[in-house]
Amino acid sequence: MKLEALQGLVHKTRDARRQQTIPKFPPNERDTLIKKYHPDSRENAYRPIKFGPNAGELTVRELAALLEGDSPVPADLDLTPTYSVDVLVIGGGGAGSAAALHAHAQGAKVLLATKLRLGDSNTVMAQGGIQIAITSEDSPVQHFLDTLKGGHMKNDHTLLKTMVEEGPSIAKWLLDLGVLFDRDPDGNLHVKKGGGSSKPRLLTCSDYTGLEIMRVLKDEVLNQQIQLLEFSAAVELLSDGDGTCTGAILQDLDNKRFVVVAAKAVILATGGIGRLHIQGFPTSNHYGATGDALPMAYRIGAKLLQIDTFQYHPTGAVYPEQLVGALVTEGIRSEGGHLVNANGERFVNELDTRDVVSSSIIRECEEGRGVRTTTGRLGVWLDTPLLDIEHGPRTLEKHFPAMVRQFKRYGLDITKDPVLIYPTLHYQNGGVQIDVNGESGVRHLFVAGEASGGLHGRNRLMGNSLLDLMVFGKRAGTTAAERAKAMKHGKLTLEHLTRFRAEARKHSGALAVRSPMLFPDYVRKE
Amino acid sequence: MDVKEFDKNVAIDQDEALRPKMVTVEIAGKKHEVPEGITVIKALWYTGQEVIRGAGCLGGYCGACATYYRTKDDPKVRTCLACSTAVEDGMSFTMVPPFPARKATYQLSELKDPKQDLFNLYPETPLCRNCNACTEACPQGIDVRDGVWRAVFGDFKAVSEMFMDCVMCGLCVPVCIADIAPNLVAVYASRVQGAFFTEKPNRLHERIEEIRQGKYDQEWDKILTMNEQQIKDVCAAIK
Repeated sequence: MKLEALQGLVHKTRDARRQQTIPKFPPNERDTLIKKYHPDSRENAYRPIKFGPNAGELTVRELAALLEGDSPVPADLDLTPTYSVDVLVIGGGGAGSAAALHAHAQGAKVLLATKLRLGDSNTVMAQGGIQIAITSEDSPVQHFLDTLKGGHMKNDHTLLKTMVEEGPSIAKWLLDLGVLFDRDPDGNLHVKKGGGSSKPRLLTCSDYTGLEIMRVLKDEVLNQQIQLLEFSAAVELLSDGDGTCTGAILQDLDNKRFVVVAAKAVILATGGIGRLHIQGFPTSNHYGATGDALPMAYRIGAKLLQIDTFQYHPTGAVYPEQLVGALVTEGIRSEGGHLVNANGERFVNELDTRDVVSSSIIRECEEGRGVRTTTGRLGVWLDTPLLDIEHGPRTLEKHFPAMVRQFKRYGLDITKDPVLIYPTLHYQNGGVQIDVNGESGVRHLFVAGEASGGLHGRNRLMGNSLLDLMVFGKRAGTTAAERAKAMKHGKLTLEHLTRFRAEARKHSGALAVRSPMLFPDYVRKE
Repeated sequence: MDVKEFDKNVAIDQDEALRPKMVTVEIAGKKHEVPEGITVIKALWYTGQEVIRGAGCLGGYCGACATYYRTKDDPKVRTCLACSTAVEDGMSFTMVPPFPARKATYQLSELKDPKQDLFNLYPETPLCRNCNACTEACPQGIDVRDGVWRAVFGDFKAVSEMFMDCVMCGLCVPVCIADIAPNLVAVYASRVQGAFFTEKPNRLHERIEEIRQGKYDQEWDKILTMNEQQIKDVCAAIK
């Protein structure tokens, strides 16, 4: 069949679908669905980690190999530092920029190192918005409960309470920096409803929320003249030999040389793991999302949390082939967009949590109710034209310009025709265990943003990641800077690495790959 | 599942797409055969080139992969983002290295007359000679030239709206004969619009005050002292 003919069914069934209400799954059915269809439930994708702080725990094979992998740093590297700073921030996305700005504001000497450019991150792509409870019918407590429910009750209560309570002051900080959130006619911040949330609480900058925030933060890091090392990837941490982090080793990607940084505190803000393509999934993540914090923190002795659970965003593009994995924002479903199978039927409440919606899309496809693309991929329809019909002409163009543009580049008009989607690897739910100030189990080693774990439980709600970055970037940056005031630089050694390698040699198959990975290998060899 | 076994009524049926057609493209002056329709950045990978400077979000948002290209027999050199442009037969392209534009640094909170300060920070802005090269260079379709003039005339609100789509690829900068960096001017104008000329959201400030005064403390006590089952029941009851 031609694409247009298949789309025809979506147009034909639209009026009937608009009369339907699809209830959310009751808890027991929801659990059964997830158990059967969610990629996290595929046992053969997992294996136990052989040694280290999380020995015996299950994670996906791709990550296990990196955790047990070897550092590129030779044991006898000269550790004379090129830079000596109070706070070293590793990562130049939202969390790293926030951490650097807050540490700088406390008077600390900050160095921000990032393996791509400042701002190249997942933050810049965030479309949905940032969740902050500001309306009178909403409260931080409600935000807490919604998030807990979405995270399958597995969220760390202290981290979560901190995040929701500090949300409003973060919004003020961003406004003061000049971030232009959408407004209501009375001047108050406009709120939208996100999947899994009981109240509208998403603050947005059309569908460019991440881009707008990142553009401003990047400009501010440059304004504050924070020392910046771009194309410099962290490859190993340094310790005093006694379990305390004292710096890091970077690799200058232009000349491959190692650069030693002595720091009183190190903040890992390297983001998530989409580019590991777990279970072969395409990803919505940026080029550098290879989970670098995880093996580095693991080797120095930090415990990881909930690294057996990942978020597959329900609506990744599957057609055209050039857009595979790219996100179609949840905002489209928030505004009433239907998910429709090959028979023209709705099959899930579109505003259920991401794990439920993803599982149900996979179910439709596995049971033969998906649409097959020219390149052999499976997907279901997202009825985008419905938005203009429900909310008036030009709704998509006005509220989702990035989406319209993304497809228009390939000759597809989402205001006229539905698009094909399938879950895409989107977010690392877990990460390095942290306390309320972002400090890991290793002294003076802080972790902020997607690299950290515990806050989101086993499923993150839309809009909670941008807030996570800002709140814990701030707390890590502030605490690290305060800490640095009252201390001297520690001894620089690689003793933790020596111990890690000795332990690894007892396990067959360990040290098989270099980690961190830094970049996926897409270069064709022959 | 094999495509052939799949119900043809729910498959996009264009068999030729399953056998990729190869096309010839010229990358930085050298000819290569690549599958038709892959993105420019994938064409670089396909031809064995590692890309670090020039790969970012791969989703059209970060502006890292600014590229000049020309299609077959067309004299016009155009711009695009390599992550979101498909190759076609006879296309020539090369990635654009970072351009040494000058970014003015400023303390936003210390600006006294930010609309006037534009001329201290970016004095070249009013020297625009209306050549429109910036607008033509913009891969996002922003009317950059108009935006520059709106900034000059103090209509920062319009600038902020026009440049919401700006991915800071910087392609508008090297083409400017007046040495203006329109994207940087726009960031300045947008931030000033947000920080100085936008209404204070009262509801937000009330909420910050409520939290500070402990309005939710009792509710927190109740929730945080519940046992696992109790809190689960509370969550299960959320509509």
